[in-house]
Amino acid sequence: MMAPDIVGDEDLEQLLNEVANVYGYDFTEYSKASIKRRINRICLLDKHKSFAELRYKVLNDQSYLSRFIEEVTVNVTEMYRDPFFYKALREKIIPKLGVNPYIKIWLAGCSTGEEVYSISILLHEAKLAHKAIIYATDINPTVLEKAKTGVFAINQMKLYTENYNNSGGSSDFSTYYSANYDHVSFKEYLRKNVIFSTHNLASDRSFNEFQLIICRNVLIYFDKNLQDKVFNLFDASLEKLGYLALGSKETIRFSHLNQTYKQVEKEKIWKKTR
Amino acid sequence: MKKVIEILVIGGSAGSFELLLKIIPRIKIDIKFVVLIVLHRKHNTNLSISELFRNKTPLPVLECEDKDKLIPGSIYFAPADYHLLIEKDRSVCLDYSEKENYSRPSIDITFKSASDIYKEKAAAILLSGANKDGAEGLKHIYQNYGTTIVQNPNEAEISTMPNEALKIFNPQYVLKVEEIIDLINNF
Repeated sequence: MMAPDIVGDEDLEQLLNEVANVYGYDFTEYSKASIKRRINRICLLDKHKSFAELRYKVLNDQSYLSRFIEEVTVNVTEMYRDPFFYKALREKIIPKLGVNPYIKIWLAGCSTGEEVYSISILLHEAKLAHKAIIYATDINPTVLEKAKTGVFAINQMKLYTENYNNSGGSSDFSTYYSANYDHVSFKEYLRKNVIFSTHNLASDRSFNEFQLIICRNVLIYFDKNLQDKVFNLFDASLEKLGYLALGSKETIRFSHLNQTYKQVEKEKIWKKTR
Repeated sequence: MKKVIEILVIGGSAGSFELLLKIIPRIKIDIKFVVLIVLHRKHNTNLSISELFRNKTPLPVLECEDKDKLIPGSIYFAPADYHLLIEKDRSVCLDYSEKENYSRPSIDITFKSASDIYKEKAAAILLSGANKDGAEGLKHIYQNYGTTIVQNPNEAEISTMPNEALKIFNPQYVLKVEEIIDLINNF
């Protein structure tokens, strides 16, 4: 049964402004259609019967805030999602990064870590892991805790192995993890060069310069204004001739970066030219 | 009674691809509305569905990207493995959240979103398929005074999807493919 919306457009605006003022989490420039759906979904999941009920809970129960953030932001992810993207990283980008004395990669919006381990494996297979650092950031501290454990459901491994093979992986994928009943743990050495940290793309500043920034399926949740701000942040955080990689349906076409970045063939990867 | 529509959303699953091969080439080139297609399909193929249809019609056929503006007289496909919602300014909002009705893209989600934005000027067709995705969304369009069309289950390769819709409300039209094509060209 498709329930009618509990939270309307004006309610949404009010709540997002209040959350920004009270907690400093600013969702006011998120895509309206998507966040409205997420918030109405929370009402259904947590059985808030009215907007007033949800608003009271969010603004008066601080322990509910982390739940709210977890459900508003989308944390669906998989290892080697879009294998062709990873094939391009593996064959065209990572070898080029190898000429640097150090390789610094920022994985923005890393969620529960599936992409972190995917990239770490690519670096190990390219024999570049010893001089690489991956900064893996997310707005949500709860998902970062999960990412740090490297524990994923075993029933995903068939898909992930297939994705890995399609990305050009030639090792036995199961050597990267150990299996325990219903879950697998990715090997400790894969996160040795990973720094996990909270970072809010909507409000936090640049914190380093990187040769590669990967931010996939995060910008789709932002409106154009916020996307522009984040593109500026990425631009400020990327070395000259560095690479920016986005999700398969995301683009810099609408941004001023379009002038100074050159797309790497057909991939959603752009090179900073100056 | 003839109604002016601004968007036609077509939802389909198993058995619908062949129907689209029949329908799309015969859509008149002077349509004044957006055609948006949500088709369940396997992802992880490097082949884009819009390319398959591009030489079948003079109308532009595009696979949606984030923030694309929906322009009347164009045919859009929801990309594989994303939900597609519509913003007030009629731009596309993609969403990689949980599957709905075991599906991503979910027809329900796009039907509902189209209805919220286009209200009575939304029309939607639910074609052949093996699950119940789309039925609730189509009903939502109906309740918002939009135009609803279900493929005649007797003709559908897999009738589950049309039948699920017919179980929960009475759409304005239950039509065979030839009749659907006539209706599209008379909007």
